Amino acid sequence: MEKEMQQVVGRARAAFNSGRCRSLEFRMQQLKALERMVREKEKEILAAIKADLHKSGPNAYSHEILGLLGELALVMDQLPSWAAPQPVKRNLLTMRDEAYICPEPLGVVLIIGAWNYPFVLVMQPLIGAIAAGNAVVVKPSEISENTARLVADLLPQYLDRELYPVVTGGVPETTALLTQRFDHILYTGNSTVGKIVMAAAAKHLTPVTLELGGKSPCYIDKDCDLAIACRRITWGKYMNCGQTCIAPDYILCDASIQSKVVENIRATLQVSVEFLVLRDLCPRYSPALSFCALWQEFYGQDVKSSPDYERVVNKRHFKRILGLLEGQKIAHGGEADEASCYIAPTILTDVSPESKVMEEEIFGPILPIVTVKSVEEAIEFINRREKPLALYVFSNNKKLIKRVISETSSGGVTGNDVIMHFFLSTLPFGGVGNSGMGAYHGKHSFETFSHRRACLIKDLKMEGTNKLRYPPGSQKKVDW
Amino acid sequence: NPYAGLVSRLRAAWLSGKTRPVEYRVAQLEALGRFLDEKKQDILEATAMDMGKPSFEAYFTEILLCKNELNDTLNNLSCWMKDEHVDKNLVTQLDSVFIRKDPYGVVLIIAPWNYPIHLVLMPLIGAIAAGNCVIVKPSEIAKNTERLVAEMLTCYLDNDCFAVVTAGMLETTRLLENKFDYIFFTGAPSVGRIIMTAAAKHLTPVTLELGGKNPCYVSDTCDVQNVARRVAWGRFFNAGQTCIAPDYVLCSVEMQEKLMPALREAITEFFGSNPQESPDFGRIVGDKQFRRIRALLCSGRVAIGGQTDEKERYIAPTVLADVLPSDPAMQEEIFGPILPIVVVANVDEAIEFINARPRPLAIYAFSCDSKVVNQVLERTSSGGFCGNDTLMHVTLTSMPFGGIGNSGLGKYHGKFTFDTFTHHRGCLHRNMGLEALNALRYPPYSQQKLGLLTATFEIKRKGMCTLL
Repeated sequence: MEKEMQQVVGRARAAFNSGRCRSLEFRMQQLKALERMVREKEKEILAAIKADLHKSGPNAYSHEILGLLGELALVMDQLPSWAAPQPVKRNLLTMRDEAYICPEPLGVVLIIGAWNYPFVLVMQPLIGAIAAGNAVVVKPSEISENTARLVADLLPQYLDRELYPVVTGGVPETTALLTQRFDHILYTGNSTVGKIVMAAAAKHLTPVTLELGGKSPCYIDKDCDLAIACRRITWGKYMNCGQTCIAPDYILCDASIQSKVVENIRATLQVSVEFLVLRDLCPRYSPALSFCALWQEFYGQDVKSSPDYERVVNKRHFKRILGLLEGQKIAHGGEADEASCYIAPTILTDVSPESKVMEEEIFGPILPIVTVKSVEEAIEFINRREKPLALYVFSNNKKLIKRVISETSSGGVTGNDVIMHFFLSTLPFGGVGNSGMGAYHGKHSFETFSHRRACLIKDLKMEGTNKLRYPPGSQKKVDW
Repeated sequence: NPYAGLVSRLRAAWLSGKTRPVEYRVAQLEALGRFLDEKKQDILEATAMDMGKPSFEAYFTEILLCKNELNDTLNNLSCWMKDEHVDKNLVTQLDSVFIRKDPYGVVLIIAPWNYPIHLVLMPLIGAIAAGNCVIVKPSEIAKNTERLVAEMLTCYLDNDCFAVVTAGMLETTRLLENKFDYIFFTGAPSVGRIIMTAAAKHLTPVTLELGGKNPCYVSDTCDVQNVARRVAWGRFFNAGQTCIAPDYVLCSVEMQEKLMPALREAITEFFGSNPQESPDFGRIVGDKQFRRIRALLCSGRVAIGGQTDEKERYIAPTVLADVLPSDPAMQEEIFGPILPIVVVANVDEAIEFINARPRPLAIYAFSCDSKVVNQVLERTSSGGFCGNDTLMHVTLTSMPFGGIGNSGLGKYHGKFTFDTFTHHRGCLHRNMGLEALNALRYPPYSQQKLGLLTATFEIKRKGMCTLL
């Protein structure tokens, strides 16, 4: 198997060395082809994602295609400016010289995708890697096998086959792939495998971007509009059946509002009355709010039959997530059906910080609530644990939000909402500590996959100024 | 784990938040400035004792360049620390969107012996500026400067937050068992691999400033005397013990012929007729390194220099002619005052030669024809590049300094150092109101909703009409 990987990577490297992926025209051509692929094969892409995650068309489109098209448009628009040499400030000695930073491709990049957003998590890094002028080996997750197969089928139809090969397979294939030398590896997945990827990269001194995970805390202050906060949290927690790296993993709040929080989340899942009220109060927003009737309930009374509620990806994760419910107070949900890997949106109350559900990243539709007496206690609680990928805090008090942000560390933050910082391509998206290293999205992807080469071009004449630095050294020279 | 206590003490200091206020960082940085002023003599003496570093060189690299970095950092620190507000999309127009500059926590800086103060201070300045606690591990090979660095950290900086570990290879391995929030290493690629492997166990991000063989291409159209001076300066600075020194020359057989007398003249100009007596020429740092470099002399033929004195660890400024790619001098980074010349037919062969080898920290190209310089630049890859000179590109704090491939990963100098030791945290601070706009994203999903969502969210190529 190592021999096969050697051949695939070797071909990509030879193709890179040929120099054809360096020109802007070539890169734009490939990006345009990618855009065509996403638009022309939309049906097939949505079908594959549905087969893998039981995700409805509009949902899959908004999660995995909409953002991609936006990223492609942004990159194609900005690429000429990103790729241009950047002149820098010079000092007295170099005033007459040319000094600039030249962005250059790294070479052959490896992208290892994850199964939870199987299409976008290979495609978005791929866009950045192509834009930066690299050859790219794409390794989609084998757990989302329909999407993996589709990516393996589609990419060679639209892109240069030697420069952007797709490698499919599981652990043995990935291990074999990691023995090869790459010039950058971007891995999305869990911390355990992240360590293995980095150790393999260390053998070749390959820089890595690791998009990992952790338990993203969500602190709800007493002073906040609970209805709105809980609706936003419900959306972010249960989308993709909780299988989102930046989902709010658990809630921290004062015991006095715990039951109200449960009430509001339950209401969002089924019935929400508030917005009917809002619609009547704000006739200006009436047209938009007319959709109110449609989103009165997220999933309806029978969640299992809602086309908008996904499933746990496989039996192994199903069993793992269900196991977390042991010994817990179930305030809502808890129903499960192994045959379809269905677990109902579930809320746990009065959860002990030492319980199993508070040890590992849940990555499922279970929302534990841990009570804390104050924001200080919440901050302390968060800081005692590994740095998470995302941190959420809800409060009407801007100062409190600022305080939580400044006294904690996390990959990213959204205040008064969840997930949304992911969609701003101007923000670097990545982790810190156990939740990862490096970042991407938008221009950050381009920079991740580029080498910024410092260039100083001097004149061969003008030797006069150089004489100051040559030996023999003397105090006079130094003082000048 | 002998260092667990030290690391946890620093981590407790980190968690106390002591290093975060700008006033604290400025105070520590100013203390480093006082160290450079008050201990100037000690620095010059220690580096002279350790490797015969000429005081002119020591002043330039260990003091002047560090003061520049310090002042650049102090001048810009508040600006660098500020939350960086970035462009918003339609949905977030009324929100606050910014990148926060968070320190990592407890960082480890491992420095080598060749520019022992500089290679501690340059990263240390950025690490402190970024608000971290720092453990510094200076090189045990330069014993006098190791002692000076230890003194600097304990006497000038806050001992709660900054510590020095003096250790050899075995102890450093034990040190690396601890979890750090960032590791900054300058040294050899082989050790770089060990550092990164140790870092992987804790998912610690790293910057590795490594090395390699920096090629220096000299075209046939050039001002030979100026080339010779600039190349000789870069090669023999610090007796060749510079990670960005021109390691070997590639040129035509005619140019080799012309270069030789020019190089001889430059060397005499710099060091006199007997460089061993010049106060401006350094020595090799240790006996082991001396013997290693001396063994490289049997490559090609000695055209200039070649004399050695084991007692003084002196190797004369040496130029080797007609060196073959298979010769000992071409098998490893020389890191000594020996300049091999390898003959190539033309610039294409030179580029091929360079590209067949691991990517170096620096590439140099000399030509009066700017097209030739650009050819070399465009068709090769390296950490940095300097046309028609050597070393100088790293004196500009506005340019990133770092390697690629075998020569390293990451970059620093100036703001790039601050950024290296900073976690850039993407933050979105939203409004609690305007919930109606969020309606489009909530289930139940429908094509209608999706249409509207697309319209509000999507980025269209410029030049195409938009719905809104």
